[in-house]
Amino acid sequence: MSKNEQHWEKTRGLLFVTLAIWFVFSIGIFLFGAEMNEVGGPFGYPLTYWFTCQGSLGIFVILIFWFAGRQEKIDEEFGFSESEDS
Amino acid sequence: MIKGKFIDNLPKVYGIYTGGFIGFIILMAIGEQMGMTAKAIGVAFVAFTIFIYALIGWLSRTAQADAYYVAGRQVPTVFNGMATAADWMSGASFVAMAGGIYFKGYGYMALLVGWTGGYVLVATLLAPYLRKFGCYTVPDFIGTRYGGNLSRFLAVVVLTVASFTYVTAQINATGTIASVALDIPFQYAVYVGLVSILLCSMLGGMRGVTWTQVAQYIVLIIAYLLPVFWISNEIGAGFFPHFMLADEVARIGELEQQYGFVKNSAADLANVPKGLAGITKAHSAVNATPWAFISLALAMMMGTASLPHVMMRYFTTPSVKAARKSVGWSLFFIFLLYSSAPMLATLSKLSLIDPSLPTGIIGKSIAEVQAIDWYQNWNQANLMFVSDFNGNGTLELNEFFMGGKAVVLATPEIAGLPYVISGLVAAGGMAAAMSTADGLILAIANAISHDVYYKIIDPKAETQKRLTVARVLLVVIGFAGATIAAMEIQGILGSVIWAFDFAMSGLFFPLVLGVWWKRANREGAIAGMALGLISGMGYLIWVRNGGSGFLGITQLTFGIFGSAVSLVAMVVVSLMTSAPNAATQKMVDNVRVPSGRSVI
Repeated sequence: MSKNEQHWEKTRGLLFVTLAIWFVFSIGIFLFGAEMNEVGGPFGYPLTYWFTCQGSLGIFVILIFWFAGRQEKIDEEFGFSESEDS
Repeated sequence: MIKGKFIDNLPKVYGIYTGGFIGFIILMAIGEQMGMTAKAIGVAFVAFTIFIYALIGWLSRTAQADAYYVAGRQVPTVFNGMATAADWMSGASFVAMAGGIYFKGYGYMALLVGWTGGYVLVATLLAPYLRKFGCYTVPDFIGTRYGGNLSRFLAVVVLTVASFTYVTAQINATGTIASVALDIPFQYAVYVGLVSILLCSMLGGMRGVTWTQVAQYIVLIIAYLLPVFWISNEIGAGFFPHFMLADEVARIGELEQQYGFVKNSAADLANVPKGLAGITKAHSAVNATPWAFISLALAMMMGTASLPHVMMRYFTTPSVKAARKSVGWSLFFIFLLYSSAPMLATLSKLSLIDPSLPTGIIGKSIAEVQAIDWYQNWNQANLMFVSDFNGNGTLELNEFFMGGKAVVLATPEIAGLPYVISGLVAAGGMAAAMSTADGLILAIANAISHDVYYKIIDPKAETQKRLTVARVLLVVIGFAGATIAAMEIQGILGSVIWAFDFAMSGLFFPLVLGVWWKRANREGAIAGMALGLISGMGYLIWVRNGGSGFLGITQLTFGIFGSAVSLVAMVVVSLMTSAPNAATQKMVDNVRVPSGRSVI
């Protein structure tokens, strides 16, 4: 397998992990919205309500930064990272 | 005061700007104490901020194609994040979102999840790759990846349909705010808004829009957060509302139980002015089916990843790496406003319906409410209405009606904040609507000037001629948008949501598969864009004309149907025709690697 193919395979792996987390917090949990709302969430808000106000939104922010960091590592590993001045 | 290159001094420049703006707010507050009228403060806020934006637009003027189309590709991550957040958050986000949450609760909050979750798709599937590609516009990517004028042209068509739907709503919003703040008729105010929008973008193109959008973000975020924190403190709900409103949310639930949601008869409702609504849905309970929530969120997420005016912001970063990080910053800056909207809705609702608060009006006598100053103001502005349906002389929950915009616009006044805050909110709404309108008009004009004029009609045109065409188009499209906005066809939010559905119907899969599926070819992309857009539009027209729809897909989520058709068409047609040639395959390989020269 060529270097490019290996790089792409790892990149795709990271994509699937990221999208799986994304799926859970954008779609998955809202399948159980009514049940989850009976439970108390952070700061005392009903749990589903908290996810729609802050939880999912905040998780997406963190997820993107985490993804960007991981992808950078993959690029560096294969020497595909851009030089700083570009 | 400032030495060296502008880019190196950005934190300083915008630091001074922010300080200056806060100074201006304080100056207005002093002016109010000294007897400046509410009206004069409103005019000062709107006029002063527009003047600053126009100044930035003029300072950013350029005669270079690279600066005009992609701001010279040197916008740092954090600043591009702010610019994207302003580009993204429209007049609707600013003025109407808290109102939507206030009236519709959980079902509406799918939009919050959708309009943020979409950025995960942008960061992972598209932005870094399109940045590496090195295109000027989104159709530029489609046209080069798939080849041929038809694919390029179809991408321009989808872009124009989606963005134009969106831009009329924004110009409408600038008109609404300008007409209130400057006290001129709406039909003229729309053109005042338009001229302000064009002042930011015409001379400097993307460069001008970038630096004005950063300035507009600063104004809009101060204008949104300051009242939320202030109101929360004023009514004693907590100094940091985001973490402290659990009791208030629970209290609203109790009051809802106590009052009950009494249904009004159709005859009673006929007396209520158009556009106003009562509280009929629970504040924090789950009041929508899982599919209704998920389908709306999904449509908004895929739409986010297909809207060209957002995508093109990531063409301006210095590198692929920076493009990825910049998406994170964009969402962070968006998060600051979006996570505050439900808090504002909570504070607004509680201060109106809780009889134990001095501002609460439910349970007071109708005559007493009608005598309140702010009630009279907002009743006159056609955003508030009470009527004693049951004739008992007291105001019940089902007898109080409000317009969605009033949550943002009127709550500061209800909570007893000084008028300077209302002026600030008007400036913030104006900034939000202007920045989005600028991004959209520029996206359309750039696509037509670069992809249709330069790439298809006259590939030999000189830079000067190309930029002249781009500027003329900017003005033409702006005026077309304003003319339609002046007719007031759809409400602000309706047309915003449609734009997402149009964009995802036609562009989501051609864009994503262009990077992630090497086998995707020209015929497939053409089928995907054409059939996707046509089927999505057809579904919308069908449902609008009384069609029953299927699978619970409504006129707000028709993009789910359109994009499904687009995906199937694209895959089937691609597989039935020959694979893309070796040069195209190599191009895709090249896009997938961050280092090295850009593809075009």
